[in-house]
Amino acid sequence: MSVVDNYVARIDEACGEEKDLIVIFKYDKKDEAIKKILEKAKKEKTVSAMIFELTFRNASFRVYATGKAIFRKLKGKEELRSLLTELLS
Amino acid sequence: MLDVDKIREDFPILKRKINGHPLIYFDNAATSQKPKQVINAAVDFYEQHNANIHRAVYTLSREASELYEKAHEEVASFINAKGMEETIFVRGTTEAINLVAYTWGLRKLRKEDEVLATLMEHHSNIVPWENLSKIRGFRVKYARIQEDGTLDYPSLEDMISKKTKLVCVSHVSNVTGVVNDIKKIAKLAHEFDALVLVDGAQSVPHMPVDVKGLDVDFFAFSGHKMLAPTGIGVLYGKRELLEAMEPFHGGGEMIREVSYDHSRDRCSISWNELPWKFEAGTPNSCGGIGLMEAVRYLKNIGMGNVANHEKALTDYAMGRLKECEKITVLGPKNPKEKCGIIPFNIEGMSSHDVALLLDSYGIMLRSGFHCAQPLHQLLGLKSSARASFYIYNTKAEIDRLIMVLQEIEQV
Repeated sequence: MSVVDNYVARIDEACGEEKDLIVIFKYDKKDEAIKKILEKAKKEKTVSAMIFELTFRNASFRVYATGKAIFRKLKGKEELRSLLTELLS
Repeated sequence: MLDVDKIREDFPILKRKINGHPLIYFDNAATSQKPKQVINAAVDFYEQHNANIHRAVYTLSREASELYEKAHEEVASFINAKGMEETIFVRGTTEAINLVAYTWGLRKLRKEDEVLATLMEHHSNIVPWENLSKIRGFRVKYARIQEDGTLDYPSLEDMISKKTKLVCVSHVSNVTGVVNDIKKIAKLAHEFDALVLVDGAQSVPHMPVDVKGLDVDFFAFSGHKMLAPTGIGVLYGKRELLEAMEPFHGGGEMIREVSYDHSRDRCSISWNELPWKFEAGTPNSCGGIGLMEAVRYLKNIGMGNVANHEKALTDYAMGRLKECEKITVLGPKNPKEKCGIIPFNIEGMSSHDVALLLDSYGIMLRSGFHCAQPLHQLLGLKSSARASFYIYNTKAEIDRLIMVLQEIEQV
């Protein structure tokens, strides 16, 4: 199982011109996944320890303590998986 | 006046907490929650009456058949159709529109004809006609929308002609909540001998609807948006039109007779009476009975009361949203022109950002195109967030939404 499949339940391409990519982490792995991401990504802003505005490489994204994340302006799922592989390794 | 506290007691899901917060459900334009009366009706059907309808002579089958027929009668009465023969049960609005496209449309529409839709339609009232036009060669035209999301009636009047054979229009926009003047549109269409098909998915659950009074030819709506289970919906059609139409799907139930002609080595088939002619195969009996219970629930409240309650919530929400500095409310600013659907955007955030942020606070609302991409393109929007209300929503929930939105504005 790849590192992404180990932590991620699903990736949705949201409708709308923005083409945001929504990541839903596996419920029982979400805390571990968020911890790993917070260790590697640069924290731009934190709201009530619930919402984390982050950057990594050239990507900006937001991670929610509820186990979801939204990645903006990526080329597609392949680029997202590549970023997640680095973040979750 | 609605006793909202009492109503909320009927909806078990509203007792849930999501992400540690009491659930606030503002995605009613997508689907409604279900009261225990509807849930219990479905359970009772499977526990006490389950059998295939119209197939057998034994007691259970007769009970199931009677319940399913009664469901048709009560739904017909709810929209003021002449009777159950004008009320076909389908999977939902989408299937209802496709039924008209691939029965009436497939046989009646010619290359020189036109279908006139509007640019505020849900994809389900665009795609079937565009698809069929590729087969039959007719043209689909789109009446324009004004900057505030309301229908540009002069554009509709300009576009309609003797070539127009069908006008397809939403009763209420699923994005802006704009209420269209269906009576006026039907009158105009009939002056040109065109038929009118109305997508009533966002109107029947929220306001009194009288298909005879509106003088529409076809009217489609979904059960799941009006407290009923998913997978059940209705196509209303004028009896004379439905009788003249060929069936949609072929199979059991929809036939009167299938007789083998030995000399021709073929079967000749005659159709069942309405509405069964359009309900091939074993139907979603449980869904139909659930829909009947949902209709009873709404009738008990009174559709006028439902509409007034949602109107009050919309007025209140529109007023309170003005307190949010970075929020732009889309669509008409006058609540009188719309139903309980409020689309909005927050400066500097995608609609999905907004929806995910609200989700963290237990507030469920929709983001994206809402299956109406042409309308978003026309209004110059990349997407939108949408709050939509129903009978169990409260002003306190709107206050909570505003409070969280004001927090989000600081993110």
